[in-house]
Amino acid sequence: MPAPIRLRELIRTIRTARTQAEEREMIQKECAAIRSSFREEDNTYRCRNVAKLLYMHMLGYPAHFGQLECLKLIASQKFTDKRIGYLGAMLLLDERQDVHLLMTNCIKNDLNHSTQYVQGLALCTLGCMGSSEMCRDLAGEVEKLLKTSNSYLRKKAALCAVHVIRKVPELMEMFLPATKNLLSEKNHGVLHTSVVLLTEMCERSPDMLAHFRKLVPQLVRILKNLIMSGYSPEHDVSGISDPFLQVRILRLLRILGKNDDDSSEAMNDILAQVATNTETSKNVGNAILYETVLTIMDIKSESGLRVLAINILGRFLLNNDKNIRYVALTSLLKTVQTDHNAVQRHRSTIVDCLKDLDVSIKRRAMELSFALVNGNNIRGMMKELLYFLDSCDPEFKADCASGVFLAAEKYAPSKRWHIDTIMRVLTTAGSYVRDDSVPNLIQLITNSVEMHAYTVQRLYKALLDDISQQPLVQVASWCIGEYGDLLVSGQCEEEEPIQVTEDEVLDVLEGLLVSNLSTPVTRGYSLTAIMKLSTRFSSVNRIKKVVSIYGSSIDVELQQRAVEYNALFKKYDHMRPALLERMPIMEKTASNGPTEIVQTNGETEPSTVEAKHPPPVTQPTNQANDLLDLLGGNDVVPVIQTTIPTKPASAGGELLDLLGDLSLSGGPAPAPAPSVPTSQPPFLLDGLTSQPLFNDIAAAGIPSMTAYNKNGLKIDFTFERANPNPNIAVITIHATNSTEAEMTDFVFQAAVPKTFQLQLLSPSSNVVPALNQGTVTQVIRVLNPQKQQLRMRIKLTYTHKGSAVQDLAEVNNFPPQSWQ
Amino acid sequence: MLRFLLLFNRQGKLRLQKWFVPTSDRERKKVIRDMIMLVLPRQPRTCNFLRWKDLKIVYKRYASLYFCAGLEEQDNELLALEVLHRYVELLDKYFGNVCELDIIFNFEKAYFILDEFLMGGEVLETSKFAVNVSMEQADTLQETMEEYMSKPAY
Repeated sequence: MPAPIRLRELIRTIRTARTQAEEREMIQKECAAIRSSFREEDNTYRCRNVAKLLYMHMLGYPAHFGQLECLKLIASQKFTDKRIGYLGAMLLLDERQDVHLLMTNCIKNDLNHSTQYVQGLALCTLGCMGSSEMCRDLAGEVEKLLKTSNSYLRKKAALCAVHVIRKVPELMEMFLPATKNLLSEKNHGVLHTSVVLLTEMCERSPDMLAHFRKLVPQLVRILKNLIMSGYSPEHDVSGISDPFLQVRILRLLRILGKNDDDSSEAMNDILAQVATNTETSKNVGNAILYETVLTIMDIKSESGLRVLAINILGRFLLNNDKNIRYVALTSLLKTVQTDHNAVQRHRSTIVDCLKDLDVSIKRRAMELSFALVNGNNIRGMMKELLYFLDSCDPEFKADCASGVFLAAEKYAPSKRWHIDTIMRVLTTAGSYVRDDSVPNLIQLITNSVEMHAYTVQRLYKALLDDISQQPLVQVASWCIGEYGDLLVSGQCEEEEPIQVTEDEVLDVLEGLLVSNLSTPVTRGYSLTAIMKLSTRFSSVNRIKKVVSIYGSSIDVELQQRAVEYNALFKKYDHMRPALLERMPIMEKTASNGPTEIVQTNGETEPSTVEAKHPPPVTQPTNQANDLLDLLGGNDVVPVIQTTIPTKPASAGGELLDLLGDLSLSGGPAPAPAPSVPTSQPPFLLDGLTSQPLFNDIAAAGIPSMTAYNKNGLKIDFTFERANPNPNIAVITIHATNSTEAEMTDFVFQAAVPKTFQLQLLSPSSNVVPALNQGTVTQVIRVLNPQKQQLRMRIKLTYTHKGSAVQDLAEVNNFPPQSWQ
Repeated sequence: MLRFLLLFNRQGKLRLQKWFVPTSDRERKKVIRDMIMLVLPRQPRTCNFLRWKDLKIVYKRYASLYFCAGLEEQDNELLALEVLHRYVELLDKYFGNVCELDIIFNFEKAYFILDEFLMGGEVLETSKFAVNVSMEQADTLQETMEEYMSKPAY
């Protein structure tokens, strides 16, 4: 058989192929030749064949039949064979193949070979792809080589040890003695790999970390020598001596100095020196500065040094090099929480980066800008951010819009400004706004009582312009439904009131219903809005007609609503005004993000009449149950706002579900006079602040109980019977936190079975202090007319040590006296 | 540490692949495809850094070849650019004015040089000269006369 063609020949031939098919043909031919050559156990050309196979593998063709051949090459005595064999092993074998374990013996022999380059090959292969078993078997050999005086082998053994530790962390102890003199080496290769090894050990084991802290002075000295030493041709990169080593030392110092005052102090000087003396004209100098900044920010450095670090980052932001700007923005994002004021100084530069052409930089700048917004700079920042929102790519719009809403909510200087900002976002990026923003916005608008007329007017005008952006349309139709009377009566103070007739308004809303641009959700909103206007407008007949038309709509959703609204006209007309009353002011349970679902009856379809109004507690509960029965059969019933007849100064209560559309039992307007649910003047709950109603604990001898106790959060229930209605049990929850970190944004929600009614009042606070230093209390009133056994499902959400926690629990162990 | 280092040209043809973590063939193919799709469309004067899954990707174009490395979260991107540059310098020293063809026809040498410079995703040798010295000495160990004259052996 003729000698197989040389590697270069093959490469040249394959490159002449003009089509994929031609190439495939050539390769298949060659593979067949190679396979038969392998079968013949040809030693002379095995090396050449495997090399060719590796080339074909790189082109994407299968090469698994060469795996065993690699092993044979490794076992050969020839250096050429070993070189290709080990290369093949690294490319074709990975630890998932069984074949790969067969290498262990060969590697072991080669680790003890007389030629250092063979030993090097073995170390390299083990260090790149050794499996845990191989590492366990060969760790001893590696450790031996770590102690050799041959620096070529020592550096390779060090990185091999790093790999062994990564794979089998328990073996770390074994390498400890060998690390004793590593840092006194002169050879930079050994020095560098030793620092990597020490870093790996310190990252993995706090004991090792404590042990190696004593090396800080030595590391500082080495770094100092590198900076102060003269030009060394072999390590020089653009005037800096061995930047790779400098950066690794800085990184190790970072780990050693973290949370340790003494070490941090020992490195203060050298860090300042590096920060001020490093040449910044080339990338390599900036790489070192970058690492220095990261180290300064992580250790317990003195404030002067920290300011220096942030200023370096500020200078980076002005650099022409995009990479450096990107890196600066990323670092500033990490430090903005801890060194907020220092970062604020660079705010204008950061905002300029919003206009950068590079996508990565724009994104970082946007995140950082939102982090920097505060009460003082809100107006200026918002202007820039809104301009950014207008001009940015679609991939940013959703995040930017959410960010704008969040920032506006936290820092709005005035209600009018807030509404204007929302309008601007809705009109410019309306279709990118997240769905959950709609209920948030509606709640916000409801609460800005004096702006209702202005808001509805602006929204109406926006609708006239454009009905394609669904979130805008949904918010607008909701507002028109609520405040249509203000719109028609032309009562706007903030701007020139527009003249609008009832018919024009209804035209617009009906237009939404028929438009192809409207989604089913939007149609639902507009139908409900039209219905609400029946109590605010005088042209009731027109509304009746529209509603009855949609009673036969193909869309099941719309049909159901229309049918129910029709029923409202026919059978329950006396209740209609009360049902469709103005919404009261709602209080938020969480300060940001989507409102929680308190409702747990599984209702997702907006099938019921919006603003369903169960009559106040003192009225017969039969009618309430009637209406509630329309909700469909699920076990638990929504938390319902009811009036407290005896204490009209009660708190506004919890926010109920406003997700999706608002047809589920939102906060209906409870009348202060309990017996007559007629239209009251709006905004009943104006000016009510949340105060806990009851603080008395023991009551009428009903024993208290622990409802929940997990992860340091304990919730106790104490009971009382309310007067005058003995069917009402008043439960006070007491939440305590035994962990060492406080729990913030604490929200308690509850749901009860269908036969009960529940009223949840405002909590005393939403921060549960740590270490049982305080309690959060909240009052629950449960109406139990049928005297059934009380069961409750509770949901807890809070933020603890920076992460959000959520838990659901069932409470079944109520003492009998609480519900009998 | 580096997770991988890839070299590919403007047509998306792979010229070198080094993996520092165990990856199956299928995963490798996927990563390569993703990198090519992410890096090739980038405009010339944009940032050399990207985010992909939980990794930082650093890439640099030298003539017709893209050098692309995947870094972990705590690695220094600016230094990674220096690592890539140093590798190119080493190749240049060894081959003399290296170009893509050198790497195509002598891919195994490119791997050997890489193995003298990086190991397990970390820099092994920081000296500019030491790597080439090791390569020269190792080359002398290659057995046949052709190899001895540092002409490709195959």
